[in-house]
Amino acid sequence: MQFRSKEELETHIQRLKSQSVTTQVLVCIGLGCLAKGAQPVYNRFVEVIEKEKISAVVSQLSENSRHPVVGTGCMGLCEAGPLVRMEPQGILYLRVTPEDVEKIVEKTLKNGEIVEELVYQETHHEEVLKWPLMKDVPFYRKQIKIVLRNCGSIDPENLDDYLRNDGYVALARVLTEMNPDDVIGEILKSGLRGRGGSGFPTGRKWQFARVSKSDKKYIICNGDEGDPGAFMNRSVMEGDPHSVIEGLAIAGYAIGAQEGYVYVRAEYPLAVKRLKKAIQDAREAGFLGQNIFGTPFSFDLKIKEGAGAFVCGEETALMASIEGKRGMPNPRPPFPAHKGLWGKPTVLNNVETLATVPAIILKGANWFRSFGTVSSPGTKTFALSGKIRNTGLVEVPMGITLRELIFDVGGGIQNDREFKAILIGGPSGGCLAKQHLDLTVDYDSLCAAGAIMGSGGLVTLDEDICIVEQAHFFLHFTQSESCGKCVPCREGTKHMLNMLQKIVDGRAKPEDLELLAETADVVKDASLCGLGKTASNPVLTTLRYFKDEYLDHVLNKVCVAHVCQAMKIYRIDSEKCRTCGKCARVCPVKCISGRPKVPYVIDQEQCIKCGSCFEACPFDAVMVDWRSKNHE
Amino acid sequence: MNALKVDEEVYREVESIILANRDEKTPLLSVLQGISQVYGYLPRDVMEYVSRKLNIPSSKVFGVATFYSFFETRPVGKYMIRICQNAPCHVLGASNILRILKKELNIKEGETTKDGKFTLEVTSCLGVCGVAPAMMINETTYGNLNEERIREVLALYQ
Repeated sequence: MQFRSKEELETHIQRLKSQSVTTQVLVCIGLGCLAKGAQPVYNRFVEVIEKEKISAVVSQLSENSRHPVVGTGCMGLCEAGPLVRMEPQGILYLRVTPEDVEKIVEKTLKNGEIVEELVYQETHHEEVLKWPLMKDVPFYRKQIKIVLRNCGSIDPENLDDYLRNDGYVALARVLTEMNPDDVIGEILKSGLRGRGGSGFPTGRKWQFARVSKSDKKYIICNGDEGDPGAFMNRSVMEGDPHSVIEGLAIAGYAIGAQEGYVYVRAEYPLAVKRLKKAIQDAREAGFLGQNIFGTPFSFDLKIKEGAGAFVCGEETALMASIEGKRGMPNPRPPFPAHKGLWGKPTVLNNVETLATVPAIILKGANWFRSFGTVSSPGTKTFALSGKIRNTGLVEVPMGITLRELIFDVGGGIQNDREFKAILIGGPSGGCLAKQHLDLTVDYDSLCAAGAIMGSGGLVTLDEDICIVEQAHFFLHFTQSESCGKCVPCREGTKHMLNMLQKIVDGRAKPEDLELLAETADVVKDASLCGLGKTASNPVLTTLRYFKDEYLDHVLNKVCVAHVCQAMKIYRIDSEKCRTCGKCARVCPVKCISGRPKVPYVIDQEQCIKCGSCFEACPFDAVMVDWRSKNHE
Repeated sequence: MNALKVDEEVYREVESIILANRDEKTPLLSVLQGISQVYGYLPRDVMEYVSRKLNIPSSKVFGVATFYSFFETRPVGKYMIRICQNAPCHVLGASNILRILKKELNIKEGETTKDGKFTLEVTSCLGVCGVAPAMMINETTYGNLNEERIREVLALYQ
């Protein structure tokens, strides 16, 4: 139906709420769970429930068209997917397979019992603790969901599901009760800062664009979430696309734009599919298009798919890409708010920022400020990955400590290994160490430690990871993604990468470390866009907090994590050696000598640590050892 | 993985893709994406044709086509395997996954199997770090990969 006024929408929502379904099977079909086989689980639930015609459930089915089995967006705990939540009890089942479905239907749906073996459990001192209810699971206990308010609870492809939770009411209120300055005022008052990483106040950005005089303005949602280790935006676009659309329409009204774009990266086909459907539905319901809610405001949206370029996450590069060009950044000023897409004033906001906006309008700036810290109000979503136990998507209030985030929410390190470092903000962020665990997560304290909030990717590293190799790895990424337009980034990252290569290869001299730091500073200061300006962060922070590890590689040729191949030592056990000579024949640098009845020996000076002898020896006489600090 | 025979029919198809995007102010990227979707890659003759039709220098068309990693300028296999080698996947052994894939398919990164079925590419982050290491085959994502799971997944496409 088409909503021509705020009242029509409110009446519809009231009706939806009164028909609210209680018994539901929510199956997470976010990408994480899908990648672990959630689709067959969902299909099986539909099949079993329809076949069994469970009275309690099927009576609902006939009352209103909503199916009791709902495919939802990301529920968060990707590690334990596919996830299934049973409502109204709120029981969370983990690692559900199609074979489990009949049991769940039989026990939980028909008899209200819990399937014990599928609930979250932890073992403490040989005692097994179980938490059947989602809200009690330690992973969820400290979370506050504002951005992810609907994610994992609604069917992202069903508009009524979004409306039931007061969807588009914020837009209706904005259009009928507030003028654009009021909207900007409310957002300014809320203290909302851009969730894409830099933390610029969203209200200020809108203000700049609002005062820019032009016949046409644009609002763009930046869904080019390219940071390795970040998937918060994908989850929002997939799990609650209407919240982004509503946020865009409100922003459009505030700045005076009639047209908006959602730029989604090529790697996210599912997000594109769900957004397309949502935009279509919003258009049919009259939330997009001409004279929305019978007001003079008209606004429409287009989806623009990226084609695979990390640099397009930078706002000027993203606009170049929408304009059909190579996605290369341009110097600022002029800022997009004055001269953006096709030369018109443009605002680019992150997905998460936009999804937050309707909640602020609905509940007020003061409510929003009651979460988080004074300078960073609200909540922030994070994607936990790496060697952390509970990998997945979380939303926590700003000001939480890294320790709480990693150990309470994230459940600590996998396999009870030791925590070593955390990479925050992807390849543009920094690497923080043990001494930072009590640091609070907000824009300013992370910045002071040399890292950035970034978009929210948190990659946890344990003692098995070599920090130097990790820095090398990140630089390899930024170097290859550098678009090549400005010299400091194009050449600087290349030189830094070469120096790091020398370090991991054990060929570096102490002065190389100084040169590395110096180059990193230049690249940081002189690059044109955010990619280059932040490419040095992983190197600079690791040099600062893990200097010893660099020195070990350079001075002692030691890699404590046993990762860098060049720090290996191959030896031949003279007892085991049968003097067959196979090793000498395969050695590409001919550094193994011996003869029949005289055990073979590797010349350590010449050895390139290729491992060919190790593979070739039929008697397991070749041993691998790692150099340690007190090695000769 | 035979190169596309660029004939009348192909030009008609390209023409319709251009037509479908005619409302866009600057349609080049969308047009190239459309062609890519149909043929898997962007044949040189087709790019020349697009350049003439949109009145954009062919150097620009070629520049855009080679800038973005999702555009291929040479023929690719029926199934494009994009394997993630980014930080979260890397820490959980993605290089080993790549090695296994290369062995299973008997090709290197950037190559296509002889039967024209699979092309193997290393990609930037797929955004499913919660289930790392991961890969994407055409538009389907697979997570928590190990040797056994790779064999299972590849079997689906055989």
